[in-house]
Amino acid sequence: MYTIEVKNLYKNYYSDKSGKFAGIGKKPNTEDDSNSVPLQGLGAGISFDVNRGEIFGIIGPDGAGKTTLFRILTTLILAESGTATIDGFDVVKDYKEIRKRVGYMPGRFSLYQDLTVEENLEFFATVFNTTIEENYELIKDIYVQIEPFKKRRAGKLSGGMKQKLALSCALIHKPSVLFLDEPTTGVDPVSRKEFWGMLQKLREQGITILVSTPYMDEASLCDRIALIQNGQFLKIDTPQYIVSQFADVLWAAKSDTMHKLLEDLRKDEQVKSSFAFGDSIHITSPLNPPEGDLNSLSIDKLTKYLTKIGHKNVEIKEIEPTIEDCFMNLSQTK
Amino acid sequence: MGVRGLNMDTVIKVENLTKRFGNFTAVDNISFEVKRGEIFGFLGANGAGKTTAMRMLCGLSIPTEGKGTVAGYDIFKQPELIKKSIGYMSQKFSMYEDLKVWENLELFGGIYGMNDKVIKQKTDELMIKLNFEDERDKLVKSLPLGFKQKLAFSVSIFHQPQVVFLDEPTGGVDPITRRRFWEMIYDATAQGITVFVTTHYMDEAEYCDRVSIMVDGRIEALDSPDNLKKQFNAKNMDEVFQQLARKAKRVDN
Repeated sequence: MYTIEVKNLYKNYYSDKSGKFAGIGKKPNTEDDSNSVPLQGLGAGISFDVNRGEIFGIIGPDGAGKTTLFRILTTLILAESGTATIDGFDVVKDYKEIRKRVGYMPGRFSLYQDLTVEENLEFFATVFNTTIEENYELIKDIYVQIEPFKKRRAGKLSGGMKQKLALSCALIHKPSVLFLDEPTTGVDPVSRKEFWGMLQKLREQGITILVSTPYMDEASLCDRIALIQNGQFLKIDTPQYIVSQFADVLWAAKSDTMHKLLEDLRKDEQVKSSFAFGDSIHITSPLNPPEGDLNSLSIDKLTKYLTKIGHKNVEIKEIEPTIEDCFMNLSQTK
Repeated sequence: MGVRGLNMDTVIKVENLTKRFGNFTAVDNISFEVKRGEIFGFLGANGAGKTTAMRMLCGLSIPTEGKGTVAGYDIFKQPELIKKSIGYMSQKFSMYEDLKVWENLELFGGIYGMNDKVIKQKTDELMIKLNFEDERDKLVKSLPLGFKQKLAFSVSIFHQPQVVFLDEPTGGVDPITRRRFWEMIYDATAQGITVFVTTHYMDEAEYCDRVSIMVDGRIEALDSPDNLKKQFNAKNMDEVFQQLARKAKRVDN
């Protein structure tokens, strides 16, 4: 049995005539075919499974449907069609059972601002019929960092401390599954790393974690990921496998004049895409050009060409794609 | 009008800028300059003092100590003139969702004192440039996030400010839109607008001409991304940031 099992889940917030879609799945009978395959039947939904003890990442930008998915799985809203189970319990029929066994950290800070750190934790423990002492082991590593401030009101905490308190509260009843909706959004890179360290420790204690994030670099810290955009999954697999399936050739290019380099690459018809990536520009070109195609691009040819049109110190090399490269590549072909 | 700064090539200049709240020093004696047309990245961990510093530069908060000018105006004595000469955009506040695209432009143009004719003309130009002509009469709330972001940035520089402050402008947007957004930033600097930007994406730090990194209210490093990487013997800006921000003593993280 999968810990989380989702089949053909579909939800659209714009059921009016606006024609717009917001939610998860694919709007049925849509006339907007700009980015889609033809639909079969009603509301093609999304499906995926999460194994026990897995960290499963839902990775995509704002408005992709991440929060909608989390709210359905935590029994806070109803899907229009499709089914989902958590630990074998149905999100509609068995919602009470699910609420007992999941921990949920919503994207927006939702603890009681007027209660102290300690009072918040005690409150959540009490609601779930337990005590702080009973499950202290589970939260210890996280809670000790904010314990010196346990008499402080939650509303007066800094961002990083709020995040730790929220995680402690979501864990205090020893949930079997933890739902973390964008726990690191707006958090600086150092604190993000630290947060992911905490998640790895929780996984070692056997907790299944579904976590969403807009930061593509966090993908590699998950066991498996789903890349999501416009309510649809572009891909579900391990980060390593998704990277190995990258459909094009990927190069990183540099020259002394980076802005001009980007402009020139955009004008080149054989370059499929070119985007700034840190200190270089990532270029894709088709993996298998037609045989004997004399025009097909090579690093050598492109270097010569760019040098000829005035670029100095041109440096192009083949590189391993990151998940961000994969996301961009997949979302462009969609 | 106030007395403009003598050096027209310096858009922001602060010396020993400090802001205290009670006995807490949020911004601790920072000094730096930003040149006209520069993209200046303003980095720091959560709670390092970036927002407080930025509020002082925007004329929204009077410093406790130090001195400084923005767009040639004194941050102590001429905050209102500063507000007129700058643009501002953040991820959280961009535009009025219940107004149409052109209405937002008219509203913001009007607030900054542009006359109707100029607003109309610049709106036409902008719609063509952004390929937004079909969206002109749509409510902002009906636009996809990527559109909104582009529009919000265009609104923030609609009145041709000397410097635009961008507070985490790309948070949460998809990777392609994020990169298109930076291409718009480059366009703006080509028009002579100076860009002061904060971000949590370290790859974006590489797109800046110079980057400062704040730790516990102080600027701990300031240089071009290339020089910073050399100085800290790091292969990218994320490593530079990690090295510096880990030194933070403030109990924020």
